[in-house]
Amino acid sequence: MTPQAANNAIVSVRDLQVGFQTTDRRAIVKAVDGVSFDVRRGETFGIIGESGSGKTTIGRALVFLLKPSGGAILHNGVDPLAMPRQQFQSHRRDYQIIFQDPNAALNPRMTILSSVLEPLELARAGSKAERLQRAHEAMDRVGLPQDLGERYPHQLSGGQKQRVVIARALTLRPKLIVCDEVVAALDMSIRGDVLNLFAELQRDLGLTYVFITHDLAVVSHISERIAVMYLGRFVELGPTEKVSERPLHPYTQALLSAEPRPLPSTMRGNNRIVLQGEIPSPIDPPSGCRFRTRCQYAQAVCAEKTPDWRELMPDHWVACHFADRPNFSPN
Amino acid sequence: MAAAQPAQRGSEVVAGGPQALMSVRGLGIRFKTSHGVWQATRKIDFDIAPGERVGIVGESGCGKTITGLSILRLLPNNLAGLDGSIHFDGTDLASCSTREMRAIRGRRIAMIFQEPMSALDPVFTVGHQIAETLRVHTGVTKEEARERTLEMLRRVGIASPERRIDDYPHQLSGGMRQRVMIAASLICGPQLLIADEPTTALDVTVQAQILELLRDLSETSNTALMLITHDLGVVAETCTRMITMYAGEVIEDAAVDDALVRPLHPYTSGLLRSLPHLSPRHGKLPSIPGRVPSIMDMPNGCRFKARCAHAVAGCEKEQALLDAGNGRKVRCWRFRELDLPGALQHAATAPIAAMVASP
Ligand SMILES: Nc1ncnc2c1ncn2[C@@H]1O[C@H](COP(=O)(O)OP(=O)(O)OP(=O)(O)O)[C@@H](O)[C@H]1O
Ligand SMILES: Nc1ncnc2c1ncn2[C@@H]1O[C@H](COP(=O)(O)OP(=O)(O)OP(=O)(O)O)[C@@H](O)[C@H]1O
Ligand code: SF4
Ligand code: SF4
Ligand SMILES: [Mg+2]
Ligand SMILES: [Mg+2]
Repeated sequence: MTPQAANNAIVSVRDLQVGFQTTDRRAIVKAVDGVSFDVRRGETFGIIGESGSGKTTIGRALVFLLKPSGGAILHNGVDPLAMPRQQFQSHRRDYQIIFQDPNAALNPRMTILSSVLEPLELARAGSKAERLQRAHEAMDRVGLPQDLGERYPHQLSGGQKQRVVIARALTLRPKLIVCDEVVAALDMSIRGDVLNLFAELQRDLGLTYVFITHDLAVVSHISERIAVMYLGRFVELGPTEKVSERPLHPYTQALLSAEPRPLPSTMRGNNRIVLQGEIPSPIDPPSGCRFRTRCQYAQAVCAEKTPDWRELMPDHWVACHFADRPNFSPN
Repeated sequence: MAAAQPAQRGSEVVAGGPQALMSVRGLGIRFKTSHGVWQATRKIDFDIAPGERVGIVGESGCGKTITGLSILRLLPNNLAGLDGSIHFDGTDLASCSTREMRAIRGRRIAMIFQEPMSALDPVFTVGHQIAETLRVHTGVTKEEARERTLEMLRRVGIASPERRIDDYPHQLSGGMRQRVMIAASLICGPQLLIADEPTTALDVTVQAQILELLRDLSETSNTALMLITHDLGVVAETCTRMITMYAGEVIEDAAVDDALVRPLHPYTSGLLRSLPHLSPRHGKLPSIPGRVPSIMDMPNGCRFKARCAHAVAGCEKEQALLDAGNGRKVRCWRFRELDLPGALQHAATAPIAAMVASP
């Protein structure tokens, strides 16, 4: 079962599969194995989940940095892979991705201004004067003073470098930006600045974000909806308030309970669900429900039958045989 | 082994004292750059007791990583100079010979880095890498090294280690690689473990396992932990003490619960205010206005002055880390008169209220 394609979907993903060959070329890592969802125009769509579950892989597939091995990704209802080459190239500029490490994204030998100008030049957008103006506008938007333009990356702080990378992505006026762990390396105060900036740009420019992070506080602060990934699949998807306050899937419950809380010891509850056992390999995932090897509620049926991806409550999807039981109880 | 008491949580913790395992005094790090010599940190003072778990927090670029690296003398080669002393169990690490340093590094003090992939060699099995560290430092036999490696892998929570010991790093998940790194750093039973953002790249369930392991080690093996992180939640749940740095200086040093409940420095209070846990959902996140001054034109006296809402004439006077009683230290002229909000004030109105334990 897949969600209905809403007509306000800027991206529709249907049964997405991405496989990688292992180094010895003997097996396939099913990094993403059958994921379907829509990203709605103007929303922030958060993706959280287990380390290595396929979040970055989905992000890269969404902007066609890698080609799906199965399923479809539609941008505004259209399959970009069916476009003529030229049109595909210009189409891709509307869909950008920003990664965690700004150092990897910036050429250390290029000045900040040249870095911001580069995508415009590659796109041959407008005249030289127009390109310069757009670059300055983008820097202004992210709060970078113009005199920083003459500097090199090593002369900037981490937060400033991350803003440069954002400015660079903005020059082409994209419709959607995938943000993959973009604030993880920033301290709390700069993190706040950058997140406020994202919110402001969304309000002013109608941007859509797909926000991938391990930071549950960040994702629930800025997202309208949150998807939870485990071993190549979504296990839950719903409105932020529902997922973060009344999670339906046992993995989501464990994840939320493990968040470290910046509170003194007397105020922290002791309600952590500790997951037992190792994370299974995506080369050879468990039969039935993939979470069953670590789920405290697993029953025999969990090994036999893959749980349906179902809309248990309006807009709130889950893949667990027992998610509709009001209270799970350990067997 | 002398039974040094593991440090207790709460305000009775006394920083340093005669039983300190490591005492850092007046540590300053200078780099050569194309613009001349750059004073990256200065006058860093702190102590770590055996078995104590100290969190180091502070803004990006304030000098946390280089302070950790300086303890093992692993600073980049454009180092212009190292000032002050780092007394570790009788040896001054800032001035000891390279030979002495080599005997300490990896054996008595170990360090783990954020990215486990770059620290593990892709061409050797994980078991080989751990066992080699042990053999280099202790000269045990191959068989014994393998035996102890298996035991250590089990200890860091790797299920069926005899099946994993001959795996190459790429065959393990990120969380397992990080645990392998921790096993390698612990195999020689160090007295001090320096961990720089060890869990930032991991999901919170794997993070929780690793932090539990680190806590457990300090309690059972009396290993002291210096944990560098941006995550105040991680500090709250793992550490006994929290040292806050700003612009190359230590600005606050206190028991974790004290720092969270009643921060004494306006910057520490500002960090707590910026936490998204503690802000209403979807609203604007508070942040500390302004930027860290450039190292090139550092103001006199308090380096936080231009951003501080409580600054007054006099804050530009030359400053020291002041004794605030109860083992607390703070670098602020006005700490006695200010009453700054901590985590509790913010928590009352935020989504985290739901997570606060009911009494
Ligand atoms: N280029 C590649 N070649 C082989 N395997 C890959 C490649 N890229 C990713 N993988 C594997 O695919 C799986 C998913 O990886 P991905 O990076 O998408 O995870 P993630 O959810 O982003 O994890 P993290 O939270 O650690 O960033 C992992 O098992 C990973 O090892
Ligand atoms: N090799 C070097 N040459 C010149 N300056 C350096 C060098 N290495 C680090 N620095 C500077 O020293 C300061 C402290 O760096 P450090 O890496 O310790 O910061 P940090 O507190 O760990 O920050 P983050 O939280 O971003 O990791 C920074 O301003 C950095 O730019
Ligand atoms: S389907 Fe079964 S194993 Fe899977 S999450 Fe639900 S109860 Fe647990
Ligand atoms: S010394 Fe003055 S300027 Fe500095 S933190 Fe204290 S009150 Fe603020
Ligand atoms: Mg990733
Ligand atoms: Mg660092």
